[in-house]
Amino acid sequence: MALPKYTEPHYRIWHYIYLTICGAVFFFLIAPLFVIFPLSFNAEEFLSFSEGMKRLDPDAFSLRWYKDMIYGTKNPWGLAAKNSFIIAIFATIGSVILGTVAALGLSSRHMPYKGLIMAVLISPMIVPLIISGVAIFFFMAKAGLAATHTGIVLAHIILGTPFVVITVTATLSGFDHSVTRAAASLGSDPVNTFMKITLPLILPGVISGGLFAFVTSFDEVVVVLFLAGLENTTIPIQMWTGLREQLSPTILAVATCLIILSTLILVTAELLRRRSERLRGINQ
Amino acid sequence: MSSETKQILTTDGIPLEVSLKKAERKNKIKAFLLVAPLLFFLIITYVFPIGDMLLRSVDDKMVTQMLPKTFKAMENWDGQELPEEEVFAAFHEDFLKLVEEKREGKLSTQLNYTKNGFKSIIKKLRRASKKFEEGNYKEQIMSVHKRWADVEYWRAIKRRAPEVTNQKYLKAMDMYTNEEGKIVSVEEDRRIHRVLWLRTLEIAFFVTVFCFLMAYPIAHLLATLPMKYSNLLMICVLLPFWTSLLVRTASWMILLQQQGVVNDFFVGIGLVADDNRPEMMYNKTGSYVAMTQILLPFMVLPLYSVMKTISPSLMRAGKSLGGTPFIAFWKVYFPLTIPGIGAGCLLVFILAIGYYITPALVGGASGTLISNQIAFHMKSTLDWSFASAMGLMLLSGVLVIYWLYNKIVGIDNIKLG
Repeated sequence: MALPKYTEPHYRIWHYIYLTICGAVFFFLIAPLFVIFPLSFNAEEFLSFSEGMKRLDPDAFSLRWYKDMIYGTKNPWGLAAKNSFIIAIFATIGSVILGTVAALGLSSRHMPYKGLIMAVLISPMIVPLIISGVAIFFFMAKAGLAATHTGIVLAHIILGTPFVVITVTATLSGFDHSVTRAAASLGSDPVNTFMKITLPLILPGVISGGLFAFVTSFDEVVVVLFLAGLENTTIPIQMWTGLREQLSPTILAVATCLIILSTLILVTAELLRRRSERLRGINQ
Repeated sequence: MSSETKQILTTDGIPLEVSLKKAERKNKIKAFLLVAPLLFFLIITYVFPIGDMLLRSVDDKMVTQMLPKTFKAMENWDGQELPEEEVFAAFHEDFLKLVEEKREGKLSTQLNYTKNGFKSIIKKLRRASKKFEEGNYKEQIMSVHKRWADVEYWRAIKRRAPEVTNQKYLKAMDMYTNEEGKIVSVEEDRRIHRVLWLRTLEIAFFVTVFCFLMAYPIAHLLATLPMKYSNLLMICVLLPFWTSLLVRTASWMILLQQQGVVNDFFVGIGLVADDNRPEMMYNKTGSYVAMTQILLPFMVLPLYSVMKTISPSLMRAGKSLGGTPFIAFWKVYFPLTIPGIGAGCLLVFILAIGYYITPALVGGASGTLISNQIAFHMKSTLDWSFASAMGLMLLSGVLVIYWLYNKIVGIDNIKLG
């Protein structure tokens, strides 16, 4: 953002102050994530930069905590990772199916009580998690599903569907309904039309909703804390316990892996968003 | 033209209007059937349980059911003098049954909520009741402990007779019903909940303000920079947004601890002495810093999406009409961004007011919020009805804000990423 030549000096100064402020805020946003990265390779047990690390001494760095994460004795991370992935995958599938179908109904112009129903459907996103946690716990305890994978998956479907509903309704708002009518006039039944015509067109929205649902489940800790037994431990629960009891560098190794995972998800989500914007004809 | 307007008929002779309504209804049902699975799923697993919380929070059947005969006998008691033998006999009968079922401990916990001092005298009564002789229970019970001869304690029992109670809500406001049935506040040094509510509001408010002050300039920069730079900078906003909450909290714990990176840096530049490192974590500062950074993307994204739609020529027009850049900004640009400000602020405030994980990890005792108290009663004291009452009070606050949000921005306008 170059300034025009005729800018007066005091605006020029103001402009540089503004850029400095922006730089500081970006630093504040992103720098904390990058602290974890080098510290996870610390050869020592401390959570601050050792003298050796400051001198970039190769001996001060090691893969010790990564080894501990994978091979460590009495290690909870393996089970936690397995549980987290299983729960997140099933929760995502459930959220995507329920959310997409509901979004199709909501985008129909015939839908009665649209505002009220929309408010109910996305309420799990608005209600503070602690309250959702208490309410869902009461339900699961009554239904005998506390401390089971099924219970946690259902809870995460509740929390994940609002994201799918929102992204898919947004995609459908730019959807040209004449193509489905065209398909119907050519003799296609509604299910076939949905699978062959509608779904491929709204797929970017569905997938990005699914990504949100996946991340919500994978990252969710409040509700799981109420629901999980020892067998259902997940990565967030292990991190929560670890952070409360003793900050060990193994947690940083796990955190680094999670940051890499979220980078991958971010890139996918961004590519999808741009694709769907291009399809909707929003030019940059 | 005749006075009767001729109805338009479809080919099968039905009036067009009726036929159209029928088709509309079919479409309505079709649309509703698509929404139905999710709607019913949520109503059963989510909306009803929240209603269940409401029932739990006012429910007080437990004591009513534990002392049925006592309360029946107490119906005619005016509460002025000690009750008659009849009440004592009924209480003795109820109590024996509870001891048999090993539930007298629960009774003592419950009565202790109403008045302190029940725990020990119920224990004493259990031991003594084994040697009770038949008849004249009033004398026998009163001889167990002097509190049993105190009318205050019998009044306290009577107060538990109704099946519903507002005590949990009063307790959440540090109030209770006293002996005369008036609602009063607890002593000053025991008011913990009011402090927590106020602190929750205070932290949520200031986090929102900080987020706004930091997000506005960068959202503006992102919206005005050429695409290829702004896409790159957008990653700085989106990466934290997609990263696990616990990872981000962990990084703040590393940064803010006493031997942490920020303190090391302060010592390094000579700002603070090595032996006098400030506590930046396990207090309010920790909650403020970490929550602001974690919630910042939720402010940047709505601001950005609004700012992107503002044409840069508006600012140029403002300047060409004689405004200084500052006036052009204040009179033209800023008012146009108000929808984004409203959306961002309400979103951040709603999220901040219910925050639990981050304050629990970096907030220490002075930086925790009402959510932490709810979790504490759910997991540690197991006073679920109290947790429900506080949860619902928090929820009603959030719903008011949500309603405002809907009025100002509209739920449909929530944008993600």
